[in-house]
Amino acid sequence: MRPHPVGVPLFDVDEMLDTERIIVCCGSGGVGKTTTAAALALRAAERGRIVVVLTIDPARRLAQSLGLTALDNTPCEVAGIDDSAGGSLDAMMLDMKRTFDEIVLAHSSPERARALLDNPFYQSLSSSFSGTQEYMAMEKLGQLDATGEWDLIVVDTPPTRSALDFLDAPTRLGTFLDGRLLRVLLVPAKAGGRAYAKIVGAGLGMFTKVLTKVLGAQLLTDLSQFVAALETMFGGFRARAEQTYRLLGEQGTSFVVVAAPEAAALREASYFVDRLDADGMPLAGLVVNRTHHSNASTLTVERSLAAAENLDEHREHPLAAAVLRIHAERVRLASREARLRERFTSAHPDTPLVEVEALAEDVHDLEGLREIGDALARVERLDQAG
Amino acid sequence: MGVTRARWRGSARRPGYGRPVSGERSAAEDGDDADGPWERRLHIVTGKGGTGKTTVAGALAVALATGGRRVLLTEVEGRQQIAQLFDTPPLPYQERKVASAPGGGEVFALAIDADEALLEYLEMFYNLRRAGRALGRIGAVDFATTVAPGVRDVLLTGKVKEAVNRPDGTRPSGMAYDAVVLDAPPTGRIARFLGVTAEVAGLARMGPIRAQADSVMAVLRPERAAVHLVTLLEEMPVQETVDGVAELSAAGLPLGGVIVNMARLPMLRAKESRLARRGELDREEIAAGIKETGVEPTSELVEALVWEAAQHADRVALEAGQRAEIMALGRPVYEVPLMADGVDLGTVYRFAELLRAQQMVG
Repeated sequence: MRPHPVGVPLFDVDEMLDTERIIVCCGSGGVGKTTTAAALALRAAERGRIVVVLTIDPARRLAQSLGLTALDNTPCEVAGIDDSAGGSLDAMMLDMKRTFDEIVLAHSSPERARALLDNPFYQSLSSSFSGTQEYMAMEKLGQLDATGEWDLIVVDTPPTRSALDFLDAPTRLGTFLDGRLLRVLLVPAKAGGRAYAKIVGAGLGMFTKVLTKVLGAQLLTDLSQFVAALETMFGGFRARAEQTYRLLGEQGTSFVVVAAPEAAALREASYFVDRLDADGMPLAGLVVNRTHHSNASTLTVERSLAAAENLDEHREHPLAAAVLRIHAERVRLASREARLRERFTSAHPDTPLVEVEALAEDVHDLEGLREIGDALARVERLDQAG
Repeated sequence: MGVTRARWRGSARRPGYGRPVSGERSAAEDGDDADGPWERRLHIVTGKGGTGKTTVAGALAVALATGGRRVLLTEVEGRQQIAQLFDTPPLPYQERKVASAPGGGEVFALAIDADEALLEYLEMFYNLRRAGRALGRIGAVDFATTVAPGVRDVLLTGKVKEAVNRPDGTRPSGMAYDAVVLDAPPTGRIARFLGVTAEVAGLARMGPIRAQADSVMAVLRPERAAVHLVTLLEEMPVQETVDGVAELSAAGLPLGGVIVNMARLPMLRAKESRLARRGELDREEIAAGIKETGVEPTSELVEALVWEAAQHADRVALEAGQRAEIMALGRPVYEVPLMADGVDLGTVYRFAELLRAQQMVG
């Protein structure tokens, strides 16, 4: 197993898994967030906890291994886990539109709900507003938490273009739905048709003139109907967003920032760690996935390349030359990763961290997740060399 | 179909680096203009997050500019990735030169911002810039650009379309840019992003936004544009690429090539690879070779090397399986290698050369 870097606090994953109530995995896209979330959830369950993992967009084969063959928006038990410690694991995949639809249906009469569900603005908002997925993930987290059925909820966050979107989106959606602009747009629907011009002031008249020019009159009508329908349904959308946001800051919640040993991903991780700190959100630690190490790093890149060239020149020992080249590439990769990690740790010396060695294969079964879980907890596996 | 353009192969030690696979048909021979080299005016580069989309888009821009052409490289996600790649200060909403290409070529860059694009649009069509600023204060610009996603996408693609079509009588081609490269949103969102007409149809059945959407669609025709997908040889990115190709085809959007990034160069022969994966490489032979070069072959060192060779062989085998899935798409495939030292401006030029050597551009 690779040695843990000297002077960097080690992220004690097992302690977190045994004590927390909510674990949120975040980080930029493509860093193995979903796999990390699933591995943490499985490990906690096999350590005896009653766990549910909420995933956003798992790879197909990983989803199958968790029994997530259908997007049904409710947790299902995962078969094949070791329940000897008394734990269990449920998993679900978030269906953003359905979660939104369910909120609408739960908070209004059937006709009202129908009108809203059919509105083109609602359809656009519920399936593609850049904050909707994040908001719905939080909504679902709140729902799961409220049932009290699980003693640990592990949440994967949406693959946002920037890790920070995840914290901002609920407030942004809340602000929009509760905002001043919508109140302005609400006027025509309430006043109806022709009375509109009288009610809105001169400034607003110009405003709607511009909007009508740019967007077309039909669009404005749809929009005001949408706003009206929404308004009657829930006045306090922002309050709801704030409530979910508060849940994240409570005792028993831990954030895990996930990164890959790439400059961009670690830069995002840095921003995210600072942001969590500024917002008073509890950070448990950083997971750096897919790192490489060498057990023979004293044999330098230059030395092994020179040796390989030497062998080539004499047309001897081609196998030795090939393994020396493989070694040189690996050491190069490992030292670049170490440099990137040091850049992060020098800016955040107190952030606990754990590195997970790159696996040659993608993870798509429970055994693969267990292997990741062991690596996260730094448990040596008998079948693993190095 | 099913033409496989050059696979990235070899290292500095192997001549023939990047030449097309032998026996392959050229675009001219099969007369199929949908298989590259890509002489389109608009190149849209997408890919899953983390696949190096921006690096490839930058390399493609340099490749297109090589030989004295002028190319515009644009981004639309507000992340200033072009500036980072080209080591320049953050880009304003203004086109500026970020790089030169061999043979007198020029690469300009523009970070398109939806709010600015809306204000520009209001000014251009209605002379309403001041009113636009007022709208900004009450959140209307926010609304139009953030909340109605279709409208936002139309503004972004509309600006790209404007650059593609912009005339310039002082240049030999009569156009301001010989080609435009768009570092586009990721694969998961690309069809929706480009499918502006469909997206906006539900919101704006008529009016200027709809007209703008229709004019964008006119640029997104196969003879004028191509959507290229960047992938790694890993399960998730490959799955997204396969899904993305299906989705783009279904939406009638013009497909370009697939660019495989960070491909590993196989360093073991087939038989050695099999032995390596089982941990059965000839340790004595390795020890003897190392000893010859003056390095002490301790058993720890030899075991470490055998383990590293096994990791390498596993990885290459995984990549071979994923490559087969990419090949099965029947699109032209181009490859650029993993840079163990990381990506910098030099990588952009190196990749540009490789893309040219593989005839991705003419």
